[in-house]
Amino acid sequence: MNIVISNNSNLPIYEQIKEQVKTQILSGELVEDEILPSLRQLARDLKISVLTTTRAYNELEQEGFITSRQGKGFYVMSSGSDLIREQLIREVENNLNGAIRAAQRASMSNDEIISLLRLLMEVEND
Amino acid sequence: MTDNYLELRDVRKRFTGFVLNDISFTLPKGYIMGLIGPNGAGKTTTIQLILNMLEKDAGEILVFGGSNVQNESRIKQDVGVVFDSSIYVDSWTVEDTEKAISIFYDDWQHDVFTDMVSRFDLPHGKKVSEFSRGMQMKLMLACAFSHNAKLLILDEPTSGLDPVTRDELLEILQDYIKDGERSVLFSTHITSDLERVADYITFINQGELFFTGSMEELLGKYRLIKGRPKDLTVTLEKSAIGLRKTDVGFEGLIGAKEAAQYKECVIDTATIDDIVIKVSKRGQRND
Repeated sequence: MNIVISNNSNLPIYEQIKEQVKTQILSGELVEDEILPSLRQLARDLKISVLTTTRAYNELEQEGFITSRQGKGFYVMSSGSDLIREQLIREVENNLNGAIRAAQRASMSNDEIISLLRLLMEVEND
Repeated sequence: MTDNYLELRDVRKRFTGFVLNDISFTLPKGYIMGLIGPNGAGKTTTIQLILNMLEKDAGEILVFGGSNVQNESRIKQDVGVVFDSSIYVDSWTVEDTEKAISIFYDDWQHDVFTDMVSRFDLPHGKKVSEFSRGMQMKLMLACAFSHNAKLLILDEPTSGLDPVTRDELLEILQDYIKDGERSVLFSTHITSDLERVADYITFINQGELFFTGSMEELLGKYRLIKGRPKDLTVTLEKSAIGLRKTDVGFEGLIGAKEAAQYKECVIDTATIDDIVIKVSKRGQRND
């Protein structure tokens, strides 16, 4: 796990940690069942309060990104979890919407957009 | 053993010209608490009361769940203390200090002391009086760690230290509480040191408890409010803490909830320093 805290960010430190953990789960840098640094280790490494790391992890747990196992620490939830999938789908939708808008500006027809998408997927799957 | 390493309930101490009034706070196991306030607020008095160096007039002080007076000798085994100036004899060397201090502790670990001395780069054979301020502090820390103290109490440990040594100290303290079994109480007036590492803050002003709770709670509670003279309404003037008025505008501290209604004003997040300054100026000059 990589966390970089900015002092000039508008986001409070616990939010910065949450955002970065989420990004890394969604990007696959943090994989299912991977153990996260302990609350106290993370606080020490980032030179921040234990209460701050506790808040970040607790909220990530409530939101379903990570799970705690008694006495063992925090783990990344299985990526099949509905929530992460939902977020991924939302991300796909946003990106596709962006692509559609760009295509419309370029006056592409629906068929052209769809065939372009098929082509790109074939390339990706090869 | 209880989960609260330190508990003060309505502690009072009266001197001529100064009263420490109804101080209450709780430091749980595994956390760092910063004791803050301007000079003369009562920080050192509070620490001396905890260590039973002063006798309290009223209230209760529990260390590891027991009375600090009745259990004094047992408590001293488990509490490490670092003061703002060296408590050792000037002519002692590192070796003399260990010899003299170790006899007071049942659980003195020579290996730990040797480790700490080399980690802190403390010179052998040199007299304590020739040590720099930072080295003296590190020697006190080495002693505290070597008798396996569960609670570390530091009175202004960072004053007179350069930023590099201050940073090092904060790292040492975070390492110290990492296993979740030890706590630190740490008085300071240089609050930027604390802004990040302290879990809890107790803020004493003129002998009165102003706030005790988590750092996040304190920072979330107040905002800095700034504006032009015409934005300063009567209500705002009443509710702003430490208001500073000039010809071109004003600046003060205000509750975060109230802040939202003043749409004409600039609302900034307040640092611990901002809060300490504004609160200690409350009721003083409005120039």
